[in-house]
Amino acid sequence: MAGFGRIGRLLLIGLPFLWLGLFFLAPLLIVLKISLADSVIGLPPYTPLIYDDGNGLRWHVTLTNFALLAEDSLYLRAYLGSLGNAALATAFCLVAGYPIAYAIARARGFWRRSLLFLVVLPFWTSFLIRVYAWIAILKPNGLLNNFLMGLGLIEAPLPLLNNQFSVVLGMVYSYLPFMILPLYGSLSALDQTTLEAAADLGARPLRVFVDVILPLTFPGIAAGSLLVFVPAVGEFVIPDLLGGPDTLMIGKVLWDEFFSNRDWPVASAVAVVLVAALAIPIVAAQRFLQRERPA
Amino acid sequence: MSQDRGEALFRIAALVLGLGFLYAPIVLLILYSFNASRLVTVWGGFSARWYGELISNASFRAAAATSLEVAVMAASLSLVLGTCAGFGLSRLGRFPGRGLFGFALLAPLVVPEIILGLSLLLLFVASETWFGWPGRGILTITVAHATFGICFVSVLVRAQLAGFDRSVEEAALDLGARPWTVMTRITLPGISPALVSGWLLAFTLSLDDLVIASFVSGPSATTLPMAVFSSVRLGVSPEVNALATVFLGLVLVLVALAGWLMAREERRRRAISP
Repeated sequence: MAGFGRIGRLLLIGLPFLWLGLFFLAPLLIVLKISLADSVIGLPPYTPLIYDDGNGLRWHVTLTNFALLAEDSLYLRAYLGSLGNAALATAFCLVAGYPIAYAIARARGFWRRSLLFLVVLPFWTSFLIRVYAWIAILKPNGLLNNFLMGLGLIEAPLPLLNNQFSVVLGMVYSYLPFMILPLYGSLSALDQTTLEAAADLGARPLRVFVDVILPLTFPGIAAGSLLVFVPAVGEFVIPDLLGGPDTLMIGKVLWDEFFSNRDWPVASAVAVVLVAALAIPIVAAQRFLQRERPA
Repeated sequence: MSQDRGEALFRIAALVLGLGFLYAPIVLLILYSFNASRLVTVWGGFSARWYGELISNASFRAAAATSLEVAVMAASLSLVLGTCAGFGLSRLGRFPGRGLFGFALLAPLVVPEIILGLSLLLLFVASETWFGWPGRGILTITVAHATFGICFVSVLVRAQLAGFDRSVEEAALDLGARPWTVMTRITLPGISPALVSGWLLAFTLSLDDLVIASFVSGPSATTLPMAVFSSVRLGVSPEVNALATVFLGLVLVLVALAGWLMAREERRRRAISP
């Protein structure tokens, strides 16, 4: 725009750029730096990268934290547990979200707007409280077990809480809107005449779905899957509240390493490996965000 | 014909089951906030006693005040900086570092929040050892929340600017309006839906955040999610149900207000352009 002028342009880009550089990019470099330090007792509880021992500047870098991650099977199990649970949650979100998105895309006018609003609304309410609501439902003497026993369907309470089932359920519940919205975007952009042409040429509904609709909505499937998978891998609240001793997830391990063990270098190393593992999905997800025009 | 009916039934079933799944826990939570019994799973008759206990809970009250203070400041900071960033990316064409800028504006939306929290805390600790500033508390939580708020606002502003009719701005400039006047009288009002929803989004996300706030806050500042989390970790508590219901009501009012504002703006714009 002609009117911004030199100083205006500098401020427009410079201010947010400076902010993000200082509070997003620089902190990531600090995490990398501390992951290469030794843990010490004191404040800050890690060794400096560069120090002066009286004979000039020395530097100290160690890979012991990463070696620990490789040696102790706890970390590997936690990484795999996170990836596995996130993948399961993504798959269930896709299966549950696709019919919902399809039904919304087929609705018209007022109905379509209202349904979209209803899908987005939970996102505006507290995430923590929505996860917490499931505890009362899934507890051994909780609402669902009481209900099923009242019907006489089961005799003893089912173990619904503090296991993999509750963690994946919590993730599907929390992230389902992230799957529905991109799917809806793709499905509502479908050209109806293509589908009619396929049907007129004799394709049966299942064939139309598999050969025409599914490939055409692939961008929505990919975007939705990434938007569910990436945050689910790093999730902390859900495994902490709904998980149990056998649902090891890396977000919780990082939290405990930091807050309970106070081992900042190991926590940093856990974070570095997590970012590295998620680098490809993160870059892909942010490309989708860039392309997708939010509603 | 029967195939069409089957398809319609399928769509209705998907919506009923899907929305039922999304709303059942919320509805149950609201219902049980009016439960007289302390046991969350036994219905002991209608009562508003947990709302009374909620109001007299001093630690929740203090935490709510902290959260509101942080959320208002973080959302306002996000609005200003995010709008700048949105304009910078969609109006200024190419400039050095544009790729990195675009990356830094979107990456915080997809990087796990536990990593954002850890990295920001390590920055604040480093800054404290070097400069003795800032102590951890309301200021550091605000800065952390503004950092992801900026990203959300800039995404919304960019989307709205992409659909903005530039010819009105050009006409105003041709008619001799100064660039600043065009900005404040035409462009900013034109993208006001994005500004309103951007501020609200940054505000709600700040109010909702547990993980990042837990990392960057110190003993002097406890936000509402932090207070709720520590009480929930001890077991299900009916007070939290009441709090959740109040929160939901508040969110509904805010969202309805935003929707009304945007609809009014839309009508006004339709009235201006034939």
